[in-house]
Amino acid sequence: MTDSIRAAEELNPLVPHLSEIILGAAWFLILLVLIWKFVVPNFEKAYAERTAAIEGGIAQAETKQAEADAKLAELESQLSEARHEAARIREEAREQGAAIIAEMRQQAQEESARIVEHGKTQIEAERQQAVTSLRAEVGALATGLAGRIVGESLDDEARQSRVVERFLADLESGTPGVN
Amino acid sequence: MNAGTLAVIKAEGGFTPPGPADFDLPPIFAEVTKPMVMISLSVLLIFGLFYAMSRRAEVVPGRLQFAGEFVYSGVRNSVARESIGSEHFMKFVPYLFSLFLFVLVNNYFGMIPLVQFPTFSHSGYAYGLAVLSWLLYNGVGIWKHGALGYLKHVAVPAGVGGAMLLLIVPLEILSNIVVRPVTLALRLFANMFAGHLLLILFALGGEYLLFEADVTALNLLGGVGAIVMFFLVSALELLVMFLQAYVFTLLTAMYVAGAVSEEH
Repeated sequence: MTDSIRAAEELNPLVPHLSEIILGAAWFLILLVLIWKFVVPNFEKAYAERTAAIEGGIAQAETKQAEADAKLAELESQLSEARHEAARIREEAREQGAAIIAEMRQQAQEESARIVEHGKTQIEAERQQAVTSLRAEVGALATGLAGRIVGESLDDEARQSRVVERFLADLESGTPGVN
Repeated sequence: MNAGTLAVIKAEGGFTPPGPADFDLPPIFAEVTKPMVMISLSVLLIFGLFYAMSRRAEVVPGRLQFAGEFVYSGVRNSVARESIGSEHFMKFVPYLFSLFLFVLVNNYFGMIPLVQFPTFSHSGYAYGLAVLSWLLYNGVGIWKHGALGYLKHVAVPAGVGGAMLLLIVPLEILSNIVVRPVTLALRLFANMFAGHLLLILFALGGEYLLFEADVTALNLLGGVGAIVMFFLVSALELLVMFLQAYVFTLLTAMYVAGAVSEEH
């Protein structure tokens, strides 16, 4: 009985062997140093690199985005400039076209006026010429005729001219003299 | 089962239930016992594995590195940083990470075929770790607050005054300085010891009932039941082994957190 009690006391699992406490602690400390020196820094380095890579990627993307925005703004401003330019050119062209048409019209009017004027002048001249020649011919005819009728010689130049003049004056005033 | 029936069974040359004696393994050679070999092996195993996992740690992890980082970031972020706070936690990550792996691997030795013995079912190993954790959190507290400052930090909770202090101060000192390391060690040791004892009991008992006892329906039923229980308890033990490693690490982290904190 005393044997079994002593054996049980020796086997009390709560009572440790000092060697096990020391060995356990020592092995743990060795593991701690190894992990501390050789494992943790590697993982931390990978974490830091990963963070840097992600942040770098984000920064790069932001730069790219800003560049793209700037490019877009530039292109848009160029586009609106081009639109303005086009509108301006169109406006100019319209004005020019209108001006040209107006000018042409004016020219045509001038031309037609000129032609009309010319025609009038010519007609007047021709009429004048006709009147003059008619006057001479009518005078001669009338004189001849009258001479023949009256039997009076009207060969005298001065007299003949005077008769014709008088005749014509009567003719123009609309008062029929002789007839 | 009381001593009387035990004596009867023994007298009949029947089943001998497992007890503390089953944990007192004979030395393999000279003074070297199985747990000694195992705990040494665990250090080589853990370091070898995690060195291989972290040696070529890259931004984009491979399969090994990913597995290693999974464990490392678990301890680093959900245990250390959550408990201690992002200001001080990095200083304690190596300790907590080593502690977690050390306890975890030595616990799982209880489930690995042929090894099949949890190192921490020998209380000495658990005491050793508890002493180290005790030294750590008290040391950190003294480094942070000074010896007297830390004593006050430990003994006097904020917002307590007057006569209550007479009651509170001894309790606080007892709880923070004496009870913590004891519970830390006993929790780990007792879980491993009891779990392993249960497994031995169901394994040996089942074997006895099936192969050595008289062949009766009841004995066969009991034997099959014991083997089934062995597997169920094994599954439970797998969980307990992880939980104990986690709890030991988490409590150490929380004690450290309490020691470095400005106020309670």
